[in-house]
Amino acid sequence: MSPALAELERLFPPGRLLHKPGELAPYESDALTAFRARPLAVVLPETHEEVVQAVRWCAHHQIPYVARGSGTSLSGGSLPIEGGLIIGLNRMNKLLRLEPQERIAVVQPGFINLQVSNAAATYGLYYAPDPSSQPVSTIGGNLAFNSGGAHCLKYGMTSNHVLAARVVLPDGETVELGSESLENTGPDWLGLFVGSEGLLGIATEVTLRLLPKPETYHTVLAAYDSLAKAGDAVAAVVASGLLPGAMEIMDSLAIEAAEAAVKAGYPQAARALLIVELEGETPQVEAEARYLDAVIRGSGAYEVRVAQSPEERLKIWKGRKAAFSAVGRLSPDYIVQDGVVPRSKLGQALAEIEQLSARYGLRVANVFHAGDGNLHPLILYNGRLEGELHRAEALAGEILKLCVALGGSITGEHGVGMEKKAYMPEMFAEADLEAMRRIRLALDPLELANRGKMFPGEAPALHFRGAHPLEKAGVISRE
Amino acid sequence: MSYWTLRPTRVAEVQEAVKAHRTLLPRGGGSKPALSTPGEGQTLLDMTGLSGVLEYDPGEYVLVAQAGTRLLEIEALLAQHGQYLPFDPPFVEQGATLGGTVAAGLSGPMRQRYGGVRDFILGVQFVDGEGNLVRGGGKVVKNAAGFDLPKLMVGSLGRLGILTELAFKVFPAPKATATLQVAFPSLEGALETLYRLAGSPIELYALDLQPPTTLILRLGGLAEALPARLERLQAFLGRGGELLEGEAETTYWRSLNDLNLGEGALVKVALTPRRIPALEPALGRAPRRYLSAGHLLYLAWNDALDVLDRLLKAHGLSGLVLRGSTHRPRIGIDLEQAMGYKVTQALDPQGKFAR
Repeated sequence: MSPALAELERLFPPGRLLHKPGELAPYESDALTAFRARPLAVVLPETHEEVVQAVRWCAHHQIPYVARGSGTSLSGGSLPIEGGLIIGLNRMNKLLRLEPQERIAVVQPGFINLQVSNAAATYGLYYAPDPSSQPVSTIGGNLAFNSGGAHCLKYGMTSNHVLAARVVLPDGETVELGSESLENTGPDWLGLFVGSEGLLGIATEVTLRLLPKPETYHTVLAAYDSLAKAGDAVAAVVASGLLPGAMEIMDSLAIEAAEAAVKAGYPQAARALLIVELEGETPQVEAEARYLDAVIRGSGAYEVRVAQSPEERLKIWKGRKAAFSAVGRLSPDYIVQDGVVPRSKLGQALAEIEQLSARYGLRVANVFHAGDGNLHPLILYNGRLEGELHRAEALAGEILKLCVALGGSITGEHGVGMEKKAYMPEMFAEADLEAMRRIRLALDPLELANRGKMFPGEAPALHFRGAHPLEKAGVISRE
Repeated sequence: MSYWTLRPTRVAEVQEAVKAHRTLLPRGGGSKPALSTPGEGQTLLDMTGLSGVLEYDPGEYVLVAQAGTRLLEIEALLAQHGQYLPFDPPFVEQGATLGGTVAAGLSGPMRQRYGGVRDFILGVQFVDGEGNLVRGGGKVVKNAAGFDLPKLMVGSLGRLGILTELAFKVFPAPKATATLQVAFPSLEGALETLYRLAGSPIELYALDLQPPTTLILRLGGLAEALPARLERLQAFLGRGGELLEGEAETTYWRSLNDLNLGEGALVKVALTPRRIPALEPALGRAPRRYLSAGHLLYLAWNDALDVLDRLLKAHGLSGLVLRGSTHRPRIGIDLEQAMGYKVTQALDPQGKFAR
């Protein structure tokens, strides 16, 4: 054992310092299994002070590190650094405070997203950001990647729901960012920290904003004989002045998959399904529903269903949420891409994706957050066929470039991580990246914190690895 | 006091100005003079020459404008399409600009419904302390690419860069609104109701406390649903209150927008409602109004600002002077920390925006 590791052994008791090959194997990749790297060791801190000690140890020995939670990152954001340290935060999983009157929850970074809403439910409150991995992904990871979900148009992303954080900077210093107030009186340092993908430090305590649960939901499922009609329906809803909590579209491939997986009872002949959900005060939602129904009726849907009970609503959503993992039934492997286009360009984007799909000879299923213009093309491939993974990655890259060309973004909710760093220059000019890099270097001159992520640079070679063990076990899903 | 004034009309001129001058202070409409009055030797950049909406497609809920664009122009354009800025910025009639609003980090009463200025900014373009033109964020409503520089600029007070262009998410405006003013026998009673309302599914566009004991509630939505919702609200409150509707209601909120609360310095304080019981007696006769369920206080302070500074410190609160004479607009507790210092150094290494 190296002297540095021996030093770490004095800081972390047995069982909380992992460095044997067998212990490290589960940490070698995250949900983007095409990348893999062998860390030097994993430490499992239980307190803020232990995180500080681990970071200081890294700074002292100039060893790069990655903080991670459940490892559900789809952009390779929690991929280890070869020979670096992993700071695993799953043991810092406590709800420290829940103050229903103040509508805040203070949690450790390893606390699971869905557990926040579960804990708040007794008080009629919930935590709005709901990435599809919410039953397993941690608040710390959500914070690092500014995670999204189906409700971002109306409610914003994770960043809009984080009030304060205690943060360990890359030099080991602790800072408090934000406060319990929704307002600020100086630069929004917390706003910069959220979504910085672990490059600016590690949050050890996070204050979340809770919202009152909407009184009523009105969930409409509409079936169309073309994707274009579903897309036009979204535009019509927007034009009517309604602000739904969620608007989601699934194409026929995604419908087929979802149906096979969870039997949501979707109209199977549909070329596209649109889910629109209104939420809020009962009299308001009832009035809005009349407008919405008129819009949907006028949109050329051949079948319209309105959820008549909470059970029916959940069933509609269950199919939607299962669509990703269900696509696994149609294909041995798939990549979930995550680009954004202006809503008015959705139709054009989908048509071009279809052409790309034909050109690459790879099927692409589409499930997307239509209200946000957030596309999730699922690129189906067989990793056992020579070169198919690389072809799928190339197609995924073309889709990202298309999104930027249409005025959108290379990521709506997964972050840049390892996967998309090569595409940052598509979206940002050299001066933009330079400014971001200067901020990073000011806080972390040695680039120890999540080294190699977000900024363009060499990435490890892609390898076919199949699904993540947690995904195979049905614990996590990709979105 | 001597200072230069420049009025750039192109972004390149802002870059040139930053390169050529030692210290600079940007100013938009000048509606927050405590933040935009230059010090000795500072070059004042009048940003109103960089004006105009660059992109606006109502179907996207996205608006892109140059930083010097007046809110009045933006709001008029949005209103033509039944949309609005949901964070409800103040000082519209006073000539406030989009850039100044972001730099000061200001929101108004309707922030209660969907959030403040930080929740709606999507993209930013600014000139850093070395004259580089930098873009962050984007022009779509959902985006997770790169560091969130747009949010960083909210409340940055011109210290991190000179804003030149901003992209915002906008929303459909409520088709109809109504306002209820409800007086309570005591502050405790008003606060208890404020808490109950804020934690309830009742959706209010504004939830303000007008000291000593009045709550001001604004409902918005479809006209046909409004009467039933008002009734429910009154039942929830257990009292009728005074109803403001139509032109009178619009005028009431429009006149509140200039935050002309009274004589003295106008100060913004960030807080939470639990601070209010202790703060109220300490603030004495200073005219004031609490917005957004007690998270935001606007206050007219007629005494020396040092006195308020000490008072806020004693309560663990931070404040920002918007109008009034001061060299130090940030008062109350010191929020500076290592991260802020280092990020400022990264964007403005020569201290051109320092004060």
